[in-house]
Amino acid sequence: MADSPLALEHQEGLHHQFVDPEQQRNAASLGMWVFLGTEVMFFGGMFCAYLIYRYWYYPEFAAGSRSLDIWLGTTNTIVLICSSLTVVLGVRAAQMGKRRLLVLLLLLTLVLGLGFLGIKGIEWYDKFVEHHVPGVSFSAEDLIRDYPQIHIDPAPTQIYFSLYFAMTGLHALHMIVGVGIFSYLTYYAWKGRYTPEYHTPVEIGGLYWHFVDIIWIYLFPLLYLIDRKPLK
Amino acid sequence: MFDNFPLWPVPASSGARNIDALFIFLVLLAGFVSIAIFTMIVAFALKYRHRPGHKAEQIEGSIALEVTWSVVPLAIFMVIFGWGAIIYFRERTPPREADAVYVVAKQWMWKLEHEQGQKEINELHVPVGRDIKLVMTSQDVIHSFYVPAFRIKQDVLPGRYTTAWFHATRPGVYHLFCAEYCGTTHSGMIGQVVVLEPAQYQAWLSGGITSGSLAANGETLFQQLGCPTCHRSEIQGRGPNLVGVFGSLVQLEDGRKVLADENYIRESILSPNAKIVSGFKPIMPTFQGLVSEDQLTALVAYIKSLSQPPSGAAGPARPAPGT
Amino acid sequence: MATATIPVEREHYLNTDYGFRSWLLATDHKRIALLYLVTITLFFFIGGFFALLIRLELLTPAGDLVLADTYNKLFTMHGQVMVFFFLIPSIPAVLGNFLVPMMVGARDLAFPRINLLSWYLLVIAGLMMLHCIITGGVDSGWTFYTPFSTAFSNTKVIEAGLAIFTAGFSSILTGLNFVVTIHRMRAPGLTWSRLPLFIWAHYATSIIQLLGTPVLAITLLLVVFERAFHLGIFDPTRGGDPLLFQHLFWFYSHPAVYIMILPAMGVVAEIIPCFSRKRIFGYSAVAMSSIAIAVFGFLVWAHHMFVAGISLYSAMIFSILSYLVAVPSAIKVFNWTATMYKGSIHFDTPMLYAMGFIGLFTMGGLTGLFLAALGIDVHVTDTYFVIAHFHYIMVGGAVMGYLGGLHFWWPKISGRLYPEWLGKFAALTVFLGFNLTFFPQFILGYLGMPRRYWQYPPEFQVLNVLSTAGSTILAVGYVLPMIYFLWSMRYGKIADANPWGAAGLEWKTASPPPTENFEEIPEVTWEAYNYDEIPAPEEVSVGG
Repeated sequence: MADSPLALEHQEGLHHQFVDPEQQRNAASLGMWVFLGTEVMFFGGMFCAYLIYRYWYYPEFAAGSRSLDIWLGTTNTIVLICSSLTVVLGVRAAQMGKRRLLVLLLLLTLVLGLGFLGIKGIEWYDKFVEHHVPGVSFSAEDLIRDYPQIHIDPAPTQIYFSLYFAMTGLHALHMIVGVGIFSYLTYYAWKGRYTPEYHTPVEIGGLYWHFVDIIWIYLFPLLYLIDRKPLK
Repeated sequence: MFDNFPLWPVPASSGARNIDALFIFLVLLAGFVSIAIFTMIVAFALKYRHRPGHKAEQIEGSIALEVTWSVVPLAIFMVIFGWGAIIYFRERTPPREADAVYVVAKQWMWKLEHEQGQKEINELHVPVGRDIKLVMTSQDVIHSFYVPAFRIKQDVLPGRYTTAWFHATRPGVYHLFCAEYCGTTHSGMIGQVVVLEPAQYQAWLSGGITSGSLAANGETLFQQLGCPTCHRSEIQGRGPNLVGVFGSLVQLEDGRKVLADENYIRESILSPNAKIVSGFKPIMPTFQGLVSEDQLTALVAYIKSLSQPPSGAAGPARPAPGT
Repeated sequence: MATATIPVEREHYLNTDYGFRSWLLATDHKRIALLYLVTITLFFFIGGFFALLIRLELLTPAGDLVLADTYNKLFTMHGQVMVFFFLIPSIPAVLGNFLVPMMVGARDLAFPRINLLSWYLLVIAGLMMLHCIITGGVDSGWTFYTPFSTAFSNTKVIEAGLAIFTAGFSSILTGLNFVVTIHRMRAPGLTWSRLPLFIWAHYATSIIQLLGTPVLAITLLLVVFERAFHLGIFDPTRGGDPLLFQHLFWFYSHPAVYIMILPAMGVVAEIIPCFSRKRIFGYSAVAMSSIAIAVFGFLVWAHHMFVAGISLYSAMIFSILSYLVAVPSAIKVFNWTATMYKGSIHFDTPMLYAMGFIGLFTMGGLTGLFLAALGIDVHVTDTYFVIAHFHYIMVGGAVMGYLGGLHFWWPKISGRLYPEWLGKFAALTVFLGFNLTFFPQFILGYLGMPRRYWQYPPEFQVLNVLSTAGSTILAVGYVLPMIYFLWSMRYGKIADANPWGAAGLEWKTASPPPTENFEEIPEVTWEAYNYDEIPAPEEVSVGG
């Protein structure tokens, strides 16, 4: 890469609307942060609904929470946290120009992400089998049976599960998008597109992945950890 | 009955005059400001129209003006707010001794029931000069009870009671509209409020066939559903004694104190575990699906009647309703 | 009449490439702006057509033109199409897209391909909406209140909800592009306090789009889920709360009205100084008031719910906050008016629209004071008073701002002048037609005529007839510009770089601009609205 001013204009990966690569990097970074802000508001609406209904129907929410498999949930949390680690290490690999390592870490991230989705699929299937999917075939009988001394209303229990599916479903959708993004990144990393001077897509893809991870970190205690072992 | 081309709605309630007063004030204020702005724009446009030899004067701004035209409007706004808030507070605080009329809205009609048992559809007969409180719920979607002549409007929700009240001051027949879009015949869900002189109202009351007062029907239902098994009045049962409950502050087991209004009674019947009274166990079964809206109305009326003082005696102390 | 000698055609963004692909795959913000112009104009006329049918039905008290169910669909779809497919995109997606890069001295927006994506999202959303309309329509009201929309309506609520969801995503991406461009791509020397107020207005608008629209998205998605999968989140028979829907819905939909008006205010803030030949009065106040409106706008949503069943005390809080948000708008009106003082006023069409805007926006805003007053609101909410109020702001305000802006920047966009006398005529027609249509509705509202009524008691007829008469005049006023703008693209007088003698970087480049906007990125050493330095058009020795 030449250093002369003319070459700056035609630098690899510099889009025509930007004056220099630094402006382009700053713009991409700000853009991703702003986008993540909108995602916070998006999930925020659901969290708001969740908080209100949990306040009103605590026993029902606790009963619903107890019906979730804590081991699968914990495993998924560990899987996602590890995947964020591989992402961060991947960004560092890109910064250091280590292409092979970068590709490996991106692939690992993909594997972990797909693993998360697989486990989530198992959990959803379990809910389906246990008749905890809201709708005509919903039944809270087993929840009432398990802790008969705590009185729960079947109707609001359905609200817990509605929110469970809505929240984990939208989260999973964002994970799938993340898997798509990282497939793209892996491919172009393998083709050698990312260098220490230009690896912005890896950075902002990483930001997105971290965000999806953080959403799960909130979802896990809110959905899985309500009063798991009630006194009495 | 109605003019062909009215420009002002008849004021027929005690609240209507207050609302009209604020409205007229706002019309004058808005009119004044609009005319002032219009006039200034037209005046500036003409006086400062471009012509040879006339140059614009570059004026940056004026902090004094900015502050003035921020603070003065704000002050005026606060006056309007205060005035409107006072009206609203009175509007939403039914007097304690108001007569209750129970309203059930459904697509696409109004069902009204007087305490004495008279049922009406799309029509409400009331005597002039008395406080009337409406206790309303919907069987399906959100509706809204609107009487322009009284200047009252209140959304009617499924799953809970909302209330409104008025004090009619003029005999006459007034429009009743549904004001919250509710489907196909939303604009057909209309009726009338008939305000009668007291004597005529008495005549109307005794003229109709009733199936007993609401409270009496409620008492019958109370017995039929087995409620006295736990809710005993002479001795302490497994459930709280309901005499005097309505209108009082109830201590719950989680520490909260709630007002036992119509919604509290209704919730206690349909979702008994939502609020457990301190000292009692959550053993009351739910009656969701076992009682209709009309039956709920009767039960609420009955339980309310347990708080009414027998003639001559003072009633139990209770806070102002509507708070 | 001077005939312009047509020079050898210079290359600019319109003629640089021809063919569908060059337009449908364009990343040039100016081309995308025109793509948006075509799309939203189409939806304006669809929404306007529904409005005409509504007004025709309301000529008589009886429901005798269409069925009740049809009428319910008409007002629903009129609202949805106008709000989501016309008003919200209009100024930002057409004028904003075209001008924001040029006004900050950049060659394009920060993310041109995302810009194109945002247009495609609107088109896809629009196709879904059209499909919904053609295959039966939706009758939930544009407000989608539950449980009617989730459990009782028999119409295509899901499809309409998803269409609006998609349109919202388009809006978010536009806002994202503007925020990043304004923050990161200003020309050297262009500090925040030298930015045109149009940019401040679009910056504030973008903040609202970014923070508010996602909440609408999740709310509509929950409604769609509830309807499709029988969830129960808003179903009172299963413990859900219909009021939760209203809170979530209005949390976006109130700030949304500021998305619709702030850009128009930005347009007016460019037009008035230009046609008064002087700097805007109180630049900082006007700029800060845009930000204040964006912030306070998020705090007042429940003033749509005063009779919905919220508590007395929360109603009072929202009422007082609603008065606070009125103050910055009042400040703007005073500053615009003061700008005309001791100016040198020109009466070209954009200025007529801007003056009309100030008058009508003032009236609309003042009636907002009525609605914020709790005692009054109980009587007039859900009546034609509210309809009149928001049409004064959105049509008398936003649409007039949009038309004024289109006329003002038309020479820059097309390189042609529109016929000035027709422009003035159309502006007056719009102004008169508008007032005749909507002023009677204030009276109707206080009389007690509820909104969304297919049939009504006979004593309301005279006012309804006046309103319908006005709407036909208004329609004429809207059709005229469409015709003469198109005409001008072929036969209009050729415009030079700055026919109005306006300030702003966009006027320093040719009309129409080259694809790259500027030969050289300018370095800004002057304040905004430097009308002391810019000669008025009639003062320039060469005739225009």
